[in-house]
Amino acid sequence: MDHRKIQQMKNEIQFICNDREITTAVHPATTVLDFLRKSMRLTGTKEGCREGDCGACTVLVGELNNEIILYKPVNSCLLPLASLHGKHLVTIEGINQIELNPLQHAFVDEGASQCGFCTPGFLVSLTGYFLTNDIYSAEEAINSLDGNICRCTGYASIKRSVEKVTNEIKLNKNYSTLEKFVELKVLPGYFLTIPERLAAIKLLINQHASGVFISGGTDLFVQQWEKLLSSDVQFLQRDASTPTIRIEGESCFIDSQTTISEIKSSGILQKYFPQLENYFQYFGSLPIRNRATAGGNIINASPIGDMTNFLLALNAQLHLKEKDKGRVVPLKNFYTGYKQLDKKENEILDSVSFNLPQNIFHFNFEKVSKRTFLDIASVNTSIYLEEENLTIKEIHLSAGGVAPCPLYLFKTREFLLGKTISPQLVKESAEIIQTEISPISDARGSAEYKRLLLRQLFFAHFIKLFPKIISLEEVV
Amino acid sequence: MKNYDTTRHVRGESLFADDFLVPEGTLFASVFAASIAHGKILSIDISEAEKFSGVKKIITSKDIPGQNQIGGIIQDEPLLAENEVHYCGQPVAVVLAENLLIAREAKKKIRIAYETLAPITDAREAYAKGMLIIPPRIFSNGNVDEAWKQCDVVVDGTIETGAQEHLYLETQGAIAFPTEGNGIKIISSTQGPTATQRAVGKVLGLPMHQVEVDVMRLGGGFGGKEDQANAWAAMAAVSAFVTKKPVKLILPRQEDMRMTGKRHPYSADFKIGLSQDGKILAYEITFFQNAGASADLSTPILDRTLFHATNSYFVPNVKATGLCCRTNLPPNTAFRGFGGPQAMFAMEAAIYKAAKKMGVDASVIQEKNLLKEGDEFHYGQLAKNSKAQACWFKAKEKFNFDQIKKNVEKYNAENKILKKGFACMPICFGISFTNTFMNQAGALVHIYSDGSVGISTAAVEMGQGVNEKIRCVAAEIFSIDKSKIKIETTNTTRVANTSPSAASSAADLNGKATELACKYLFERLVSFVKDAFNYSTTDPIAFRDENIFCNEKAIGLTWVELIQKAFFKRVDLSAHAHYAVPGIYFDREKNKGNAFAYYSFGTAITEVTVDCLRGTYIVDSVKAVHDFGKSFAKVIDRGQAEGAIMQGIGWMTMEEVIYNSDGKLLTDALSTYKVPDIHSAPKEIEIHFLENSDNPLGIFNSKAIGEPPLMYGIGTFFALQNAMKSFRPEKEFQFSAPLTPEKVLLSLYY
Repeated sequence: MDHRKIQQMKNEIQFICNDREITTAVHPATTVLDFLRKSMRLTGTKEGCREGDCGACTVLVGELNNEIILYKPVNSCLLPLASLHGKHLVTIEGINQIELNPLQHAFVDEGASQCGFCTPGFLVSLTGYFLTNDIYSAEEAINSLDGNICRCTGYASIKRSVEKVTNEIKLNKNYSTLEKFVELKVLPGYFLTIPERLAAIKLLINQHASGVFISGGTDLFVQQWEKLLSSDVQFLQRDASTPTIRIEGESCFIDSQTTISEIKSSGILQKYFPQLENYFQYFGSLPIRNRATAGGNIINASPIGDMTNFLLALNAQLHLKEKDKGRVVPLKNFYTGYKQLDKKENEILDSVSFNLPQNIFHFNFEKVSKRTFLDIASVNTSIYLEEENLTIKEIHLSAGGVAPCPLYLFKTREFLLGKTISPQLVKESAEIIQTEISPISDARGSAEYKRLLLRQLFFAHFIKLFPKIISLEEVV
Repeated sequence: MKNYDTTRHVRGESLFADDFLVPEGTLFASVFAASIAHGKILSIDISEAEKFSGVKKIITSKDIPGQNQIGGIIQDEPLLAENEVHYCGQPVAVVLAENLLIAREAKKKIRIAYETLAPITDAREAYAKGMLIIPPRIFSNGNVDEAWKQCDVVVDGTIETGAQEHLYLETQGAIAFPTEGNGIKIISSTQGPTATQRAVGKVLGLPMHQVEVDVMRLGGGFGGKEDQANAWAAMAAVSAFVTKKPVKLILPRQEDMRMTGKRHPYSADFKIGLSQDGKILAYEITFFQNAGASADLSTPILDRTLFHATNSYFVPNVKATGLCCRTNLPPNTAFRGFGGPQAMFAMEAAIYKAAKKMGVDASVIQEKNLLKEGDEFHYGQLAKNSKAQACWFKAKEKFNFDQIKKNVEKYNAENKILKKGFACMPICFGISFTNTFMNQAGALVHIYSDGSVGISTAAVEMGQGVNEKIRCVAAEIFSIDKSKIKIETTNTTRVANTSPSAASSAADLNGKATELACKYLFERLVSFVKDAFNYSTTDPIAFRDENIFCNEKAIGLTWVELIQKAFFKRVDLSAHAHYAVPGIYFDREKNKGNAFAYYSFGTAITEVTVDCLRGTYIVDSVKAVHDFGKSFAKVIDRGQAEGAIMQGIGWMTMEEVIYNSDGKLLTDALSTYKVPDIHSAPKEIEIHFLENSDNPLGIFNSKAIGEPPLMYGIGTFFALQNAMKSFRPEKEFQFSAPLTPEKVLLSLYY
């Protein structure tokens, strides 16, 4: 790598922080959290855990899209500075006005802030909710706080203030544009100047072929933030010319840089998987889902990746690329051991695809973790099943947390194909699953528990999909 | 009533230790800690680390100018390990560098060689090997051995409760500045400024007046910064003292989790005897407290366990034994409830086990044994002003307990996989430090010549709203707007010899001291008004809404004018006051006395739903009737109750601290240690303020609120077991908390 080229690229990181244009030369892998607190001296953004698990460092990142800015809450501790180029970074200081805004008022009135350390993060997340939605409900506003931990309040007062402010803002219909938020004094006036100012920043195309490839960075920055600061890093960018989720022939393609949020809300996917929003609400938190990508989840090779688990049951194919060469690998054959992949060093995952179901099919995803939300699964599992008069025509089963890598249950599939669904069959196949897995005891549960849990979740698939045929009493 | 402080919180403008701008040349510290739980240090090689570019100094025990000792009650805790290490995560050295990244990188170059010794991680094993920190403590009354004979029902059993990580959102930290004349100033995130001052003085070999500790606020404490903030302040102090540079030491989250102690895990053996009609006649219990590697606050925590052995019930024959067991875990420490919750869990378990044997609902036994007025505790104090029954019956009536039971039964009959459960949880918690001398506080009030007021006390603001309560006291007495009153940082040079903000008592003690100081000033100002305006000594002078009244008539003088006049007439506009709680004492030989100023009471009813296929669950509701006395800060008090309940539920459900058999912490990050998030909060929470209660020993007749409601969380455990019982009526479940989804599933199916 040409040293001057890196230097030039570094110099080119340009963005707007609150109301201020920033051009900076710090290392592109510097976390936005450190940049804010150390370089900018903006200390309203707090460091609580440095792994995207507490939300005290939540910021908004606004991106210009056809003259409209879309703001998303993200964890600044996992956010590389380079990803801000051409964007608007908003911290609590950028929301402050002379008087408290209605959200801040509600927090004060209801006592939703005790020690105050988590408070800016909550308010930034909540502001993000109002900026990204057209219709408000207290329930959804509360869901948008799934990435923020408060150790003092027990959340009751936070919920009350959210309810209060959602009702207040609800009264003013069609108030979803920036102008209206400025009028309502939710946002300071300078927000109106941002679209024009962002348009003035030239977008970068950084193309180098080596170094550490970084996608969303939501795991890499947890594990290796210090190492990245002394590495040559390459931020994977998406190809803006094609939709990230698209149908080509009989297949559905998902670009590797598609975020979990985009997958969760994809109309194309929801048509096939009406419960999609439910499945993926258990994936990380909203700020994590806004950054984490399908490709990152697959390449990270975590044995309990939720996205990988979902895609394995769709018998997905991976499209790998190295310069002009490409090849296709079935996801179920991609993992060869713990964090071992059938991937060459400079190969990049371009996209993942699966065949669109042609027949009527059943699908279900199950996940159990110590805490239901924003937690890594103890065990997760997905099932895809086609049947005719209860005879299984096709089936794909996946299991996470029970082996060194995300598992496709080959043997259980073989056993089930062609058989007729009955309580007896479900019981017998649960026995086969036990021969395919090798869980270990760790912080997410004992091996014994994970074996029992996978059995239970496997039962849950059938109890949910075939309630008339399979009941709990008949299988346990 | 709003909390004035929170107007800055919501703007992100409140400063925490890590937010202070440090001077040019400040060094950044990273702590090197033991990687094994027990062993002899054969050698420490810091030479490679010292050569690392940007490293300024590496501090080891040899560099400590004073004593290498920070033990508060028992002198058994070195600041930096010298010859042996006693827990994984024990600090050994401090790397100082020009920035934090360098310090962290250089730390990896330190080489340490050990002779590994076998670690003990379990309290019962430590007891068996004679590893007691103090001799067994026994609180008793009546004669249990005689009483068993009169009992119709006797059951015994075992309980286990897990550790709990404080997880204050702001990690531990301090900044130390060398001051002229070989002194030191510390900005610390500590609940106990004086304890920190004392520890720093000791390691530096300085008298206390050479050490100034200043505390702005804490991003949560929960007991975790009562004693355990001292180490980090002392390390920063030694570092600054040796290098003559300011030193900033803020623990990263994972190091904070590995290096600091938690709520004590307990194991206990109980035996309870009852009459046929459900009267508890005798209770015997032995607590094995896992203290960790050094005493820290374990001994007073164990005492509180013994005080609260019978929770909110009257038991005529009691023998409670406490064993403070030394293990090779980080020293366990204060955590909201201070040993009380473990005791109450055990008492409830004993009642539930007896109820199962007797074939009655546990609430029948609970109700029959609630403390009445004048009942004597096993340590000799009488239950005065008891609200145990008032809260219980109000809760049953207000929340329609009978209907709850019926609804649960109906739901469970109709649902195969989902099962509901309920539990009542009465509490009684003593308010006072059980170490009598600590029940004192000071306040220093200045009225400035423009009429604005600055107040310093011993209280540390950590989210509990103590500053706002103190502001209310002054605003009430002077009758001025709260915007005129500033609560200063807690600083050892302004208020000395402070007790830590702990034991739920900071608002009581410091509020009372503030009340006294404000009254001194009020009296002084009244005398001045009488003098200046030639009123007689008997004319009633009053201050109302920043105006001065005589005989109910405004005299045309505002607060600001009064202060200006008084200033020019050379009236002393500053006052200091000291408050000591009256009427408390405790005999540590006999273990009898009036340990507490008063008691806090309440009852909560919890409802839960368990998914018996997956082992997961939700808390549907927690509804409590709580005795707040006469609350004058309802928003704050309600928030304390709600937050404490959530923390108690976390302790009972998902918060699982796991050490492996080598004493290494496996749950050392937020990704592996789960505290409640917004989705885990009870779907419904209702706090009812008990009517017609007062409390002359609290400020403006209110009651302390920080800790007691945490113990309502215990109800969640028993509600979950109640639901599980519907699915597996034949099973005997273990009393082992936390009741994680793992334990639920395993106990339903194995």
